[in-house]
Amino acid sequence: MSIALAQRPRPVADPHHFDVARIRADFPILAETIHGKPLVYLDNAATTHKPRAVIDAISEVYQRHYSNVHRGVHTLSQRSTDLFEGAREKVRGFINAAKAREIVFVRGTTEAINLVAQTYGRANIGAGDEILITAMEHHSNIVPWQMLCAQTGATLQVVPIDRRGELDMEAFERLLNDRTRLVSVVHMSNALGTVNPIETIIDRAHRRGIPVMVDGAQSAPHMPIDVQALDCDFFAFSGHKLYGPSGIGVLYGKEALLKAMPPYQGGGDMIRQVTFDKTEYNELPYKFEAGTPAIADAIALGTAIDYLQEIGMTTVAEHEHRLLSYATERAMHIPGLTVIGTAHDKGAILSFTLERVHPHDVGTLLDQLGIAIRAGHHCAMPVMDFFGVPATVRASFALYNTAQEVDALMDGIQQVIEVFA
Amino acid sequence: MLDQIRDLYQEVVFDHNRNPRNFRVIDDATRKIDGFNPLCGDRITLYLKLRDGVIEDVSFQGQGCAISTASASIMTEVVRGLTEQQAHELFATFHRITTGQDDDVKLEDLGKLAVLAGVRAYPARVKCATLAWHSLEAALADEATTVSTE
Repeated sequence: MSIALAQRPRPVADPHHFDVARIRADFPILAETIHGKPLVYLDNAATTHKPRAVIDAISEVYQRHYSNVHRGVHTLSQRSTDLFEGAREKVRGFINAAKAREIVFVRGTTEAINLVAQTYGRANIGAGDEILITAMEHHSNIVPWQMLCAQTGATLQVVPIDRRGELDMEAFERLLNDRTRLVSVVHMSNALGTVNPIETIIDRAHRRGIPVMVDGAQSAPHMPIDVQALDCDFFAFSGHKLYGPSGIGVLYGKEALLKAMPPYQGGGDMIRQVTFDKTEYNELPYKFEAGTPAIADAIALGTAIDYLQEIGMTTVAEHEHRLLSYATERAMHIPGLTVIGTAHDKGAILSFTLERVHPHDVGTLLDQLGIAIRAGHHCAMPVMDFFGVPATVRASFALYNTAQEVDALMDGIQQVIEVFA
Repeated sequence: MLDQIRDLYQEVVFDHNRNPRNFRVIDDATRKIDGFNPLCGDRITLYLKLRDGVIEDVSFQGQGCAISTASASIMTEVVRGLTEQQAHELFATFHRITTGQDDDVKLEDLGKLAVLAGVRAYPARVKCATLAWHSLEAALADEATTVSTE
């Protein structure tokens, strides 16, 4: 039996004519006004808004198909299970994993990294071993490894970055050694926008037999991902940054690695057989999915993926790069504005500081103009320390943003500067 | 277009942000404490010189947004010369006006402190305004650790 959610009009698929107005019409929240001004939402690296298709999918699941998964013989349970597993298959296709059982549903990127640290890490990393991360990691790719180090006696090594916000690849090669047990690296920096050369990183690590985990929280929503081509061992991303619901995310792991790993949490659904003497764990991926999952959210993540694939991730990336180029050029002409993160290969994130105006003040003032940006350390305090700033202003773009919104941001920044002059 | 923000960013705030008062180190301070707002990364170091239960001198250093800098600057002006008990009571009053629990407080009695009452309309910024005051409370209690707004 197969079940699918109701068909809805899809965005245009013509890559030569990216109709942003039509895309915007798919996102109900973009019609909101904030303090009487049209919403200009430029905090997409924190979380993205949801197209109507995703919102409707959640509603439809609860209204028509919802029950628990992998349990009941009744019709609704079967429908939910089919939709849930259908979403897993969509995720598989989205990142081109070889098998659906390599896709583990988790709460988000943070949980995915913690899962790998506490299962793969606890089983394979011990005293004297090293875990290699980079100086541009989000706290979620630092703290789980610090916790693992405290538990095991392993040490954390950190690849430095340069003033442009690019990795020091020579240092990376030097830091790889016989004690390195795992490399965990962000694909695209949330604070700087830097897209790291993960192909090279994976290749160098694999030459020494070291597995690589990729934090794809920022990359998966903004560029095509092919985990088989990358040959990464683990890849993690979050639904809520990918136009899907919060509370659902994905851990991809190579089957052989996942198979050999101990389970993460114990409970229902992750077992095959339980007696008080012995418990036999379930097969992949259920071994890592204890308890009732975020069923409707996973299904709606599948809907978000359908939405994106209809447009095409290459088209999304091209649109966002055009916005970034335009925003960067306009920003360069604002006196006192310093862009933080000027890597050659960047995603659509513009992080900056203003002379004499603290980012939090910029944030509050721009909000009065209806413009949502992030002001703060972006959960990357070591990055802020490196650049010697307490915080930055960050504008991050998504497929529904426009050049007019870039103009609104830049005009807003000019007003902020005038108020503080 | 940004006029409506003037309830928070009053001229007094801009003035204290541009030219913070008592922005210096007290070499013979009797209390020194670091205040930190992890949400935005604001940091201040507060110096107190207490003599016979009276705040004889008070100063601060650090970096933060306009609201936290102005609040720290204004605070150093208004608490100098107060007894520890008076400063403690003023902290309680300030906390009430910044969180809107101030039915019994006459803003006009508070002098320039009242300019920060506007922060109540911006819940995300209340901690900016209260960082210096939390640091003062901790310093008066002689807590030797970093004080956090979290």
